[in-house]
Amino acid sequence: MLLAQLTEVNGAPGQEGEVRNLIREQIEPFVDEIKTDALGNLIAIKNPRAIGPKVMLAAHMDEVALMIVGIKNNGMLEFRPIGGIDPRVLVAKTVIVGKKKINGVIGAKPIHLQRPDEREKALSIQELYIDMGVKDKEEAKRLVSLGEIAYFTTKYEEFGEGKVKAKALDDRVGCALAIRLLQEDLSFPLIAAFTVQEEVGLRGAGVATYQIKPDLALILEGTTASDVPGTDEHKHATSLGKGPAITFMDRAVITHPPLVKELFALANEKNIPVQARRNTAGGTDAGQIQLTESGTKVAVIAVPCRYIHSPASVMSKKDYDGAYELIKHYLRCLEEREDFQ
Amino acid sequence: MKETIRQLTEAFGPSGYETEVTSLIKTMITDFVDEIKTDVLGNLIAIKKGASNGHKIMFAAHTDEIGVVVTHIDKEGFLRFATVGGVGISTLVGNRVRFPNGIIGVIYHEKADWKDLKIDKLYIDIGAESKEEAMEQVKIGEFGIFHREFCDLGNRLIAKSMDDRVGCAVLVEAIKKIKEPRNALYFVFTTQEEVGLRGARTAAYDLEPDLGIAVDVTITGDMPEARRMEVSLGKGAAIKVKDSSLIVHPKVKQILMDLAEKNKIPYQMEVLEFGGTDAGAIHLTRSGVPSGAISIPTRYVHSPSEMIDIRDVEASVDLVVALANKELNELN
Repeated sequence: MLLAQLTEVNGAPGQEGEVRNLIREQIEPFVDEIKTDALGNLIAIKNPRAIGPKVMLAAHMDEVALMIVGIKNNGMLEFRPIGGIDPRVLVAKTVIVGKKKINGVIGAKPIHLQRPDEREKALSIQELYIDMGVKDKEEAKRLVSLGEIAYFTTKYEEFGEGKVKAKALDDRVGCALAIRLLQEDLSFPLIAAFTVQEEVGLRGAGVATYQIKPDLALILEGTTASDVPGTDEHKHATSLGKGPAITFMDRAVITHPPLVKELFALANEKNIPVQARRNTAGGTDAGQIQLTESGTKVAVIAVPCRYIHSPASVMSKKDYDGAYELIKHYLRCLEEREDFQ
Repeated sequence: MKETIRQLTEAFGPSGYETEVTSLIKTMITDFVDEIKTDVLGNLIAIKKGASNGHKIMFAAHTDEIGVVVTHIDKEGFLRFATVGGVGISTLVGNRVRFPNGIIGVIYHEKADWKDLKIDKLYIDIGAESKEEAMEQVKIGEFGIFHREFCDLGNRLIAKSMDDRVGCAVLVEAIKKIKEPRNALYFVFTTQEEVGLRGARTAAYDLEPDLGIAVDVTITGDMPEARRMEVSLGKGAAIKVKDSSLIVHPKVKQILMDLAEKNKIPYQMEVLEFGGTDAGAIHLTRSGVPSGAISIPTRYVHSPSEMIDIRDVEASVDLVVALANKELNELN
C-alpha cells in the first residue's frame, strides 16, 4: 500500500534520502528521465520532448521532526523541532532516534512533582527530553550524535469510515498523488518534483522550478482540517470528507485565478466534491514556484488532514481519491486544449 | 491629472485580482507607448524604446490594493473574511467592502472589548437574509476592496488606494509627457505588491533592467502627535534613502537628488523605518539591479481615506521625466 509505505519512512527537512529512494523505486518504470539535484529534490520527467504544455506536479518529501541538540549528564536528550510542531502534542510520545534507530520516549517531569503554576500551562520544549533508557551521557553518546533526528513512530492504519491515521501525511499524501498521476498515459511533458525542505521555508521548490521551467504547476499538499469539537465553523480551514481543498490565498501565494476557476468548474462537471480552503494562514511550495524566473501559473490542491504536524494525523480516503480524480481529469483536459501556449 | 487619479483610485484591484486596473491603465497609455504586454503574474508592461544606446530603466508602480477575502458564509448570511495585505483592525469596523460584481457590505464585530478585537470576531453584512441568498452574491474565496469615493479638497485629495494608484497616475502622466527618451523605458504596473512584492520580482527577472525605480507612496509625519517622520505633504517628491526592503543604491539616490536640484523640482528625503516597495524585489533580481524609489508623501496609508498633495504628484512626474532623459553612464 503506497501511502502506508510513504508515511512509514522518515525524512526530516534536509534528510529526505529514505523517502527519495522509495519514491524513485516507485516511479522509475513510468518516467523517461529522473535525477536528484544539488538540494536533494527528485525530479522525474515524462515525455521530455513532447509538444504541449509543460506541466509540473510538486509535492514535498520532508516532514516535521525533532533534532537532537544536547545530551544531559544522565543521558537524556535535548531536542528542538524542525518545522512547526506544537510542543503540547509531544509528551509521552514514542520516537525513533538517529541513524542507529534507537527507541525513545519523550519525557517530562511527572505531574505530582510540578509546581502549581507549572500544572496550569503546557510544558515548553525546554522542559521536555527524550529518554532512550540509557544509564548516562557516555552511553547515550555511543548511540546518538548531536544533529541527528528523532521521528514519530506512528504506524499507518485505516479505521472508521474510510479514514486513515498516519504520521507525515503532510506531505506524503501529495507524494502519493504525484506517484499515481505519473502512471497516467499523457501526450505532453509531465514533470514531477518531489521537493526538499518545505517545512523550514519552501527551500527546495524554487531551485527545482528553475530547472524545470514549467508552463503551469499543480502543488499537491496535505492541509489543515479544523473540523473538530470546540472550534467555530467559521474557523474551519477545511473539513474531512468534503473533497480536496483548493487554495485561493495563503501567506505565500495568491493562486492563479483562471486556473482555480477551471478546477472548480471541472470538479462540478465531473461530480467530484471539492471545497475551498477557508483560511489564508500557512504557506506551501506554490509561493516559491509562482515567483521563479518570469513567473509560473500555480494552483494548490490539498487533502484535508486533522492534527497536522503532530505524531498522528487523520485524513479521509475519499478526499485523497477525489484529489487524484480531479487532477487526472484536469491533465486529460489539457491534452485536448489547443489554446495552450 | 486629478481625473486620472480619480479613475484609478475608484477602480477595483485587490492583490491577485488587478485586471480592472491594468485594463484601465492600458486604455490610458496605449497611444503613447511603442509596445504593451501582460505577463504570467498579470503585470502590465509598457515600453518606450528610446535611443539605441540608452540604459534600460524599469519603473514600477503597483496596481493592487489591500482588501479582504471571504472565508466563510454562515447560516444567517453573514460573511467571515481574512485580510489581503496589511490591513489594520482599527480601520475596519463600520467600513464598507465592495465585491467585483458591485455587491456592498458593512464590516462589524461580535460583542468584544475593542482591545481584544481580532479579525475572526469581525464579519461582513451584505444585507442577505440567509446563507443561500448570500451565496448567490458572493462565493468563498471572493476578493473584495474597501469602498470609498474619491474626494477633491483643492491641493489635497483623499481616496482609497492612493497606495499605489497615485504611483500609477505618476507613471501614466510621465508616459504622456515623455516624447523621445534617451533611455529604454519599461513602465511596469505591477501586481501583488501588498502581499510581498511578488509581481515586481518576476517582471524584473524577465526584463533585466540596468536601473530599477519604484514609484510608490510613503508615510508622512506632519499630523498631530504623529510618529517621527521627516516627510510632509506638499514639500515635494520624496527620494527614498531606505526602507525595510532595500537600501537605495548610493549612485541612484545621488542621480535623483542632482536631477531634482538641476530641474528645480521640489524634493525631500525619505528614511522609512519599516515597510517595503517593489524596489526591494527588483534590486535582488538575478545578479542585482541598482535601484531606488520616488515616493509620494501620503497621510493615513492603508486606511480607506489616504491623503496626498497634487503638487507632490506633479513633482514626482517631473522627476520621472527628467530621469527618463538622463544620460546614465555613471551606472556602468
